[in-house]
Order: sequence, then C-alpha cells, then structure tokens
Amino acid sequence: MIETEFAVVGAGPAGLSAALEAGRAGVKTLVIDENQASGGQLFKQIHKFFGSKEHWAGTRGIEIGNRLLMESEKAGVKVMLDTVAWGIFDGGKVLALKQNEGIRRVHAQNILLATGASENALAFPGWTLPGVLGAGAAQTLVNLHRVLPGMKVLMVGSGNVGLIVSYQLLQAGAKIVAVVEALPKIGGYGVHASKIRRMGVPILVSHTVKEAAGDGKVERAIVTQIDEQWHPVPGTEREFEVDTICMAVGLHPLAELAWIAGCQFAYIAELGGHVPLHGKNMETTIPGLYVAGDAAGIGEATAAMEEGRLVGVDVARRLGRLSDREAEMLVSEIESRIESIRSGPFGDMLREVKKKLIERRG
Amino acid sequence: MRESLSKTGILTREDLGESPGVPSEERMAKGPVAYIECMEEIPCNPCEFVCPNGAISVGKEIIDLPVLDENKCDGCGLCIPVCPGLAIFIVDKSYSEEEALIGFPYELLPLPEVGMNVYGVDRKGKAICKARVVKVQNPKRFDRTPVVYMAIPKAFALDVRNLRFMEEEE
Repeated sequence: MIETEFAVVGAGPAGLSAALEAGRAGVKTLVIDENQASGGQLFKQIHKFFGSKEHWAGTRGIEIGNRLLMESEKAGVKVMLDTVAWGIFDGGKVLALKQNEGIRRVHAQNILLATGASENALAFPGWTLPGVLGAGAAQTLVNLHRVLPGMKVLMVGSGNVGLIVSYQLLQAGAKIVAVVEALPKIGGYGVHASKIRRMGVPILVSHTVKEAAGDGKVERAIVTQIDEQWHPVPGTEREFEVDTICMAVGLHPLAELAWIAGCQFAYIAELGGHVPLHGKNMETTIPGLYVAGDAAGIGEATAAMEEGRLVGVDVARRLGRLSDREAEMLVSEIESRIESIRSGPFGDMLREVKKKLIERRG
Repeated sequence: MRESLSKTGILTREDLGESPGVPSEERMAKGPVAYIECMEEIPCNPCEFVCPNGAISVGKEIIDLPVLDENKCDGCGLCIPVCPGLAIFIVDKSYSEEEALIGFPYELLPLPEVGMNVYGVDRKGKAICKARVVKVQNPKRFDRTPVVYMAIPKAFALDVRNLRFMEEEE
C-alpha cells in the first residue's frame, strides 16, 4: 500500500493545479494518470486562450500545460503515469491502481477525482463507418499524434469545440466542407465562427447530418435542414463528398469513481449530465473526496484550473499546512477569478447552475 | 449575439458600425489604426495590456467590449497577434492614392512572401479583389501568430480580412 496525504486522479488542468497548490503548501501529493504523458487535454489546445491577464490569456494551451508541469515538479508533486485508477474503496480512502500488469493500492486521507470528460456521440445511419469520429478525437490525432484523420471533413456541432477543431483541421491542411448546427444559432463564440467563415467554411444552422454513406468507409455525408421540432425539412437534403465526419455534440463528465465511492449525484443537462454534488470547496458528499474540472460539470480549462486550486488549498488547510486565514485569502482570490470567468452571456448560465449544485450539496 | 454573426459567423458593416472598437472614417484616412471586431461579451482582456499607448480599454469587468481610443492608437498592430479571437485588424486608408493597407493575423503555412500578388478575401471567405503583400511579421513575441499586411484597392478596406493564393481553389 502506497501512503500519501493527497492523491489526485487525473493529471489534466484541474488535477495538476490542485497538486501544485497542495504541494506548494508542503502536502505530500501523488498524481495518477492513465496516459503516457501528463497535461490532460492541454497539450492538444494549440490555440491561444481567452481570459484575463492573470489567467494566462493570450497564451496557448500547450504552453500553459508546460508551465503547470514545471511548477508542479518544483512543488515536489509526484506523478505516476501509465496507471489506471479503476476502483475506490474504504469510504473513499483507498484507490486501486493498475500499473503494467500489477495491481497497487494507494491510501490517502484526501482524494481528488479530476478525471475529465468523454465526448458525446450522435447516432445516425452510417455512423459506425470508419471516418466518423469525435471532434476531440480528431484534435488529439492531429495535434498530438500529427495524423490528419481525413482531407474533406464535415463538422457536426458549432460549439467552441466544433469551431476550434475545424480551424485546427484547416491549419493542418484539411478542407472543412461545412459545419452543421441543429440549433437555429451558432453555439460557440462569434469570433471562432468568424475565423473559419472568412476561410470559406459555410456554417449551416438548423441543419444536421442525416446519413453517412460509403463502401466500407465514409465517402458521402447527407445533410438536411430541420425545423423547430427537429424534423427534417423535405427537399432540403444536400450531399457532401467527404472522407470524415466529426461529431462535436457535447461532452459528459467522467465520474465513474465517484459513483463507485457512493457520492450523491444530480442530473444537470447544462453541466453535461450526471454530476457529483459538491460544495464550495469542491468536496463531494463523502468527506475528503473531491471533484474538480470537467468531472464536476463540463466547463473549460481555465475554470478547471481554478477549481483544482480550490481543492489544493482546502486539503492543505485541512492538514494544517495553511492556517485558516491563509487559506481564506487564497480562496477569495480564486473565487473572484472564477466569478470573472463565469460572467457575460456565456458564463452566467454556468454560474447559476453551479450555484444550484452547491446548494443541493448543502 | 447579433443576428448575422449568430447565424452565419459574419459580422455585417451595420453591426460593426456599433462596435466601440471601430475607428472613424476620418481616423482611418489619417493613417494606420486598429479595427477591433470583438462584439460579444466574453471574458477576455489581453488587448488592453499589450497596447503600449493605452489606446484599448476593457476595464475591470473583463466581459466588457474593448473600447478603442482612436487618437491614442498609432496603428502599431501589437494587439493583432495577442487577440485569442483573431478579431483585431489594422486599416490604413492613407497608404496611397488608390490603395489602402490592411493588417490581419494569418496562422497558416505557407506564409505569403512580400511582393506576392494574392486575392483579398472578405468575411464570407470570398475573393473580392486583388491584393499585394507588403509586409509579413512573425517575431518570437507574436507566439506563432504571424501578421500579414497587404495593399488593396481603397474601396475594399472595410471588407477584406483574409487572403487567398492565386492558384488556390475557392
């Protein structure tokens, strides 16, 4: 049994930020990640981030990832890679790990589940053909592995993921034949839409993919307009010659470990589905067990980092490495930064929903 | 969100007329000036901090739109590569008798070369005029967002926001 004071599952923006904050305060911290490299989704975010100056705005995600890694190393955080956390026992105090072919256990008074999210899929005739994939998967292929999944792409979904991945596929040399959006308006930021629009990509709102066709692989996509009841409008079908269909239709929290541990959940559509209830300090309904980042409700990397920091500070306070006063000061700084991210027409909804989630936790 | 922007991704001239980041005709006629096409309240403010002249202000509420002080702006273009939305341009209608100069972010390879003849492309992605590349900036501090300047017929100064190589298909 490995003994540590603080165990973090997931070395993405939330997990690393939590580890960093706790490590700095002198907490013995271990981060576990199933991937071969840490950084989570940050290393495929090759675009510059929005935000305020304190949020590293204007900095590319990859650079933010590099800085987090460097700083957490400096703070003495240990990272175990290629290690899957597959179970949680003893009232949320023991994690079961698979490393190579062996099983190990970690005991910690404080555990953070920063396990991120998974992409939603959309089922339509032909959706199992090779060439239909998640937009996030396409982004991983192209930006991490430097493999272009196809040359002619239909993007389904106009949220920020759909718009940004479209732009990055264009940068990598692919053609985006169109972005289709089932809702009557573009989901993501206007500036992201404008960016691909002036590169000649049509964005079709109130449209969806009806069918993928081809012999053993995607060769054509049939797109149709839909009405307000989401019914196809007859006579509006259009065929695009494509080799790839990317689905950018949302994400859902990956919180299986929280289910296993027995945490209480709430179904909140705006946060991506079933979300563990958590308090202001990100603690679930099980004492000492925390969630942060997308696992605590779909958001974006900047907010995930701040939520992670809240956990790191709370753990350090609980272990007596930060005085209540020191912790309070840090928490109020973090909270005001979260407040500024979750403002404006895009952020207001998220702020309200998160507030409800916290109230339900009580 | 504005009707056109939210349905097509295209800001219209009417929309832009209401932008606090768009300079006056008189100012554009005098020389290079920033032209900020940021019209949605998203939490973001790096443009405010990069400006050496204090010509762009967002303020404490970082979701507020950037406001341009056209008299303080000297058209240096440092705000172009720092904008995560790639929504800032430079317009100079004093460039020559017939031509205007526009500067814009261009994150694609290959980069155009100075002297090259290309098409000027509008917000819909349509080639609307011929253009001549006059400057390409890609210093380290731009962090891999090169800025391209091209000379275009004056009449298109408010519409051209991208380029296309002559041999490229539509």
